[in-house]
Amino acid sequence: MVRTYALLAWTWTRAAMAYRASFALMVVLGVCVTATDVAVILVIFSHTTALAGFTRDEVLFLYGAAGLPFALCDLLVSNVDRVSQHIRAGTLDTMLVRPVGTWIQLAADRFAPTRAGRVLQAAAVLGYALAVLDLDAGRLWMVPVMLATGTVIFAAIWTLGGAAQFLLTDAPEVINSFTYGGGQLTQYPLSVYGRDLVRGVTYVLPLAFVNWQPALYVLDRDDPFGTPGFVRFLGPVAAAVLALLAGLAWRQGIRHYRSTGS
Amino acid sequence: MIETERAGRAFKVRGSVVHAVRDLSFRIEPGEFVGCLGPNGAGKSTTIKMLCGILTPTSGRVRVAGLDPSRARTALARRIGVVFGQRTTLWWDLPLRDSFELVRLLYKVDRKLFAARLDELTEALDLGGFARTPVRQLSLGQRMRGDLAAALLHDPEVLVLDEPTIGLDVVSKAGIRSFLLRVNAERGTTVLLTTHDLGDVERLCRRVLLIDHGRLAFDGSVGDLMATAPGPATIEEVVTRLYTRGRAAPPPVEPV
Ligand SMILES: Nc1ncnc2c1ncn2[C@@H]1O[C@H](COP(=O)(O)OP(=O)(O)OP(=O)(O)O)[C@@H](O)[C@H]1O
Ligand SMILES: [Mg+2]
Repeated sequence: MVRTYALLAWTWTRAAMAYRASFALMVVLGVCVTATDVAVILVIFSHTTALAGFTRDEVLFLYGAAGLPFALCDLLVSNVDRVSQHIRAGTLDTMLVRPVGTWIQLAADRFAPTRAGRVLQAAAVLGYALAVLDLDAGRLWMVPVMLATGTVIFAAIWTLGGAAQFLLTDAPEVINSFTYGGGQLTQYPLSVYGRDLVRGVTYVLPLAFVNWQPALYVLDRDDPFGTPGFVRFLGPVAAAVLALLAGLAWRQGIRHYRSTGS
Repeated sequence: MIETERAGRAFKVRGSVVHAVRDLSFRIEPGEFVGCLGPNGAGKSTTIKMLCGILTPTSGRVRVAGLDPSRARTALARRIGVVFGQRTTLWWDLPLRDSFELVRLLYKVDRKLFAARLDELTEALDLGGFARTPVRQLSLGQRMRGDLAAALLHDPEVLVLDEPTIGLDVVSKAGIRSFLLRVNAERGTTVLLTTHDLGDVERLCRRVLLIDHGRLAFDGSVGDLMATAPGPATIEEVVTRLYTRGRAAPPPVEPV
């Protein structure tokens, strides 16, 4: 699976590199656009010392902790949300007759290495926050767990979005609001949002487990919404359940695929 | 090699059900060369898509090379070659050669075998002149030859082709026909193709399946097909007669 992905991704990378100038421009642009996120956080903290009870460096920690898995998924799997385009173009039929998984082929299709800039930017912010925050070393094990959990959650949401397009061929915009919306939402401490929204992203679409809940543990904070302590450790469970659901939905999507009439 | 048992595929279209294929039963033995005829909308492409696992049958059973295509799709892919005349299975933006290389990697074809096979196909299909051209710049005839080569690089046991001669000039058609005959004769590859070109049937197929309104309307040799006419007739006349026989009935549509 990894081999297949790497092969396809490398083929597209080579194709993208053929236009070196535009390639470099895209990388720079990508970094600039995402750098504005950080600029916004810095501007907020030039007027105040705390946002919903969190210091600047803690907010940057939350930002990096969600931004890194999001950017990784954006780079590696976000193309699975182009299902409806591939259905209409007929390229999905082609993928289905090849001896490798459709999901992998879709994820790697038109692999855009220029999105790697965003990964580096988020990693840098997270690295900075980890360096400057005075964290309890005994709690740091949660950081890799959190990143893995977040990656699985975002990948599963993208996959669910792709699977939905087998049924609703015209749904990509709705799907985008879940994936990119989720990416935006998790940039800030969830305590800046209303209680109902936070309930939704904890128990329905488990975005709270991307960074919020595990980060509360790493930062040794109580949840302003009062969830009990064990919830901090439920991330991997939530990610596994969501991944399972996404996998099932994907299989159903393929089974109910109707191709096109010509 | 190919077996369908009362296979059917229905589509829900805005509140009604279209039975694209129904109760389709036939058997194709290894090494056969079979042509599938039928008027527009008869269900030929739908049948082909069920055979290669793209569409899951909504009723009945399909087996290809001993596998259930929709359940064992990726395993079947290694043993079957598929060509859609209407659209390419190659990578649109990549040069033909890179497409072949990707096929080699995805199908895990041994490098030596691949090189030998590619030489053979390049010669037989005369691909030498445009191996470096991106697929999107190829003419229809060139692209079709490229597609055929890509479908055969992994040396499949079965080759299914949906309208492989569509839009080709007489010379290109002749080239593709003799190539298909060669593949069938030399490698023993089972071939099933759909076509609207009766020349394909006359020159290639020992056996004809005729699908009409999603059902099997005829299954037999070309000789048997000709014998369905009351008197002497050309193949065009015979097929026209069979196609228009049930014309009074509109396509099968029923409310949900
Ligand atoms: N994805 C789909 N959704 C809805 N209806 C479909 C779909 N695919 C095929 N059909 C319907 O099924 C019937 C059979 O279509 P199919 O493409 O199999 O015909 P065909 O024999 O290949 O025709 P042609 O010779 O024109 O290519 C048609 O009535 C078509 O409208
Ligand atoms: Mg067709």
